[in-house]
Amino acid sequence: MIEILDERKSQIYEKGSQTFELSCDKASLAGSVSQRACVFCGSRVVLYPIADAVHLVHGPIGCAAYTWDIRGSLSSGPELHRLSFSTDLRETEVIYGGEEKLYASLTELIDTYRPKAAFVYATCIVGLIGDDVQSVCARVEKEQGIPVVPVHSEGFRGTKKDGYRAACEALFRLMGNEDGGSVGPFGINILGDFNLAGETWIIKEYYRQMGVDVVSCMTGDGRVDEIRRSYRASLNVVQCSGSMTHLARMMEQAYGIPFKRVSYFGIEDTAEALYMVARHFDDPGVIDRTEELVRSEVNRIYPAIREYRTALEGKKAGIYVGGSFKAFSLVKALRHLGIATVIVGSQTGNREDYEYLREICAEGTIIVDDTNPLELSQFMMEKNVDLLIGGVKERPIAYKMGIGFCDHNHERKLALAGFEGMLNFCREVYSSVMSPVWKFSPARHRQAQLGRACDEQDGRAAV
Amino acid sequence: MQDATGLLKETIMILRHTPQQLADRSALTVNPAKTCQPVGAMYAALGIHGCLPHSHGSQGCCAYHRSALTRHYKDPVMATTSSFTEGASVFGGQANLIEAINNIFAIYDPEVIAVHTTCLSEVIGDDLPQIINKAQAEGKIPKGKRVIHTNTPSFKGSHVTGFASMTQSMVQYLAENTGTKLNQVNVIPGFVEPSDMTEIKRIVREMGLKSVVFPDTSGVVNGPLTGKFHMYPRGGTTVGEIRSTGDSRLTVALGKLASAAAAKLLDRKCKVPFEVLDLPIGLRGTDAFIDTLRKTGGVSVPESLMTQRGQVVDVITDMHQYFYGKKAALVGDPDHLTSLVQFLTDMDMEILYVVTGTPAGRKFEEGIRQYTGEKTVVEYGPGADMFRFHQLIKNERPDLIFGNSYVKYIARDEDIPLVRVGFPIYDRVGHQYFPVTGYRGALRLIEKILNVLLDRQDRDAPEESFELVM
Repeated sequence: MIEILDERKSQIYEKGSQTFELSCDKASLAGSVSQRACVFCGSRVVLYPIADAVHLVHGPIGCAAYTWDIRGSLSSGPELHRLSFSTDLRETEVIYGGEEKLYASLTELIDTYRPKAAFVYATCIVGLIGDDVQSVCARVEKEQGIPVVPVHSEGFRGTKKDGYRAACEALFRLMGNEDGGSVGPFGINILGDFNLAGETWIIKEYYRQMGVDVVSCMTGDGRVDEIRRSYRASLNVVQCSGSMTHLARMMEQAYGIPFKRVSYFGIEDTAEALYMVARHFDDPGVIDRTEELVRSEVNRIYPAIREYRTALEGKKAGIYVGGSFKAFSLVKALRHLGIATVIVGSQTGNREDYEYLREICAEGTIIVDDTNPLELSQFMMEKNVDLLIGGVKERPIAYKMGIGFCDHNHERKLALAGFEGMLNFCREVYSSVMSPVWKFSPARHRQAQLGRACDEQDGRAAV
Repeated sequence: MQDATGLLKETIMILRHTPQQLADRSALTVNPAKTCQPVGAMYAALGIHGCLPHSHGSQGCCAYHRSALTRHYKDPVMATTSSFTEGASVFGGQANLIEAINNIFAIYDPEVIAVHTTCLSEVIGDDLPQIINKAQAEGKIPKGKRVIHTNTPSFKGSHVTGFASMTQSMVQYLAENTGTKLNQVNVIPGFVEPSDMTEIKRIVREMGLKSVVFPDTSGVVNGPLTGKFHMYPRGGTTVGEIRSTGDSRLTVALGKLASAAAAKLLDRKCKVPFEVLDLPIGLRGTDAFIDTLRKTGGVSVPESLMTQRGQVVDVITDMHQYFYGKKAALVGDPDHLTSLVQFLTDMDMEILYVVTGTPAGRKFEEGIRQYTGEKTVVEYGPGADMFRFHQLIKNERPDLIFGNSYVKYIARDEDIPLVRVGFPIYDRVGHQYFPVTGYRGALRLIEKILNVLLDRQDRDAPEESFELVM
């Protein structure tokens, strides 16, 4: 393997090379080009898609500027979430406190937009300057008659995971004060889908066909009233478990709602998710309809996938994503395309996640926690991958190396969830891996030359 | 409107949330027309060859700035972070920074680490010079390598002043006066694109002068596909070149906000005289730059540049009927706005609104007014955000808008043509490779402006007056 800094060695594992001891859940090394973000980022991405609430970032302008409409979470109605609201704290407030400005901002904000709720994100310095965000929120809540929820997301208070936690607590606070609306016998909440490129809509449509009621989706295409009555559902179906398991546990404890971890990515996982929900309700009608749905969808997409597979068989992929649960599904989905995963990593995976990844990956696969561009690019070179799956900061690294890329993060342009999403995923992988542009990449020239040299050595005719 | 899900979508586009009625806000910022200082410092630091920018704060800051710059350039952007934790926020970030410096030189081996602070480390009160000295004393900085720093609290200034501060720190840490004058001029290009930096270098070369342009991000964030990931691309001003700026004959600082501070410090520290000019955008902006070079170098302007200038005047002449009386609204960064406004008024356009979130000051406003007169609305600092800009537009409609990618919501909502210029541009390419500065840049701006205006005319013209020759 490549040269790795001693402190990082424990966060990298090559299957087959040593006994499995991957350390994770630890803060990034100071001085690393980490691809990770902060607590605020975690809270912001989880709550962001709630479209009829206002999201006020309490702090200097940056945190609001960088999270302004960067997540493709679609709304079927109001789009308040796509605006950027900030208290834009300046030096005066840093010295004398920002509570007054927060109060004035919240009041102006609510007066202008009449939202269903307001979330107030406390950023790094808010804690340090001693603002009592809680009491300002309580005061405005009372005056305005809508929930005003503080989200304690000071960037340095942990990792992105702690931000997810803070977001879960904010969501939990909204629940219970319902204002009517009926909930059928087969009512579920979708947790951890953010309606990127309309994915929630695809999933909701499946449940509709199955005869299952979606009481709320947290938080894709999210609405405050739906979240408020979500406690009346009989099952929580949790995707993106890294962000939402905490909420599912709280709801289980408080309201006795059981939860199941699922993934809507790939054929098996989508089918299994739907079957799991159907089995939970154990209703013959629901089960029949689910079987019918899965059968017809798989029949519909399978021929196309096989065609993509013909072209892609034998290619190799690297995966570096935020949550590791997503990585499981990706490994399986790539297998349908005949693509082997040779590098897999995440920003926030835990021990069991990596243990599971080790089980499903082939010998020689590199498993890595919280990597950096230098490491990642060296692994990609060493393993000679044809495709990288990652987020915004990984894309240009792959491209510079002449390697195809698929965004499985905020910037996905096509829905990748469900059966339809699998087809989109195949199309996207195919379009990037097989792009004629790579013919012009010096990397491919070198590879081709290397291949020819090897062939000649072996006494075979170069093709 | 029915969408894919069959749900009835209310006809609310994002910015239909903006009411027309102007009302003063005392506190709230909606859709900012600026961002925070550190991202500007990070961008400036990328303009030093072999430099790794370092964000002294929480992990998120670094991730956000890298993402913003990556989206804007579609190129890898490398930077490290002190990864602040709860402990660091109580006991100070010294341990984190020293550990970071040690790790960075061990793993990434840069020539320079350029540290910038964040709101967090500023409020904690970390003393950066002291920490860097300590790292030096403890032998954490290898021989020949440099660690420089700048203070960029996010609650002051904007991304533009962050750029200015980091550029100033380059002078503070690296420039030296050896006592032997070199026959070269310094050019500080300001917070402009790598393409602009290339163009500025080219102009100086055409004038037959030697120069040090710093910072210089060309070849760093607009590099070619090589088949390899390069931690340190080929571009950037070298430490040696920046050191030599102390021996130059003159510094030309382009853009008051982004470049003047470094030029002034270079004068104080190394006795290099300076001139502060507006960005060389448009005819007169470029004229002023070239004239300054001409006088300094005692050279004459070469035929090649005169020809390009003539071409700009020629195109404006050919098409001036399309510019006359067109109303423009601009939002962006102060240095760009000043030069753009001058250029647009030279082309007989009328300026309705000029808005920047950067607290640019009274002088900025006066600078704009010398070209536009009193009736133009000029707003800057707190309250001058895109929401405000949108409200102004709703009150008197311009024919075209200039701004960054975030202006596209307004342009779509109001159905007004948009010329993308400024930072950030997330949804188009071109800014990395084609300048808006110099005469060539002026030509490009003219082309962009005409394209949107004439496309609009073509789109809206009734069939009988749909023209072939324009």
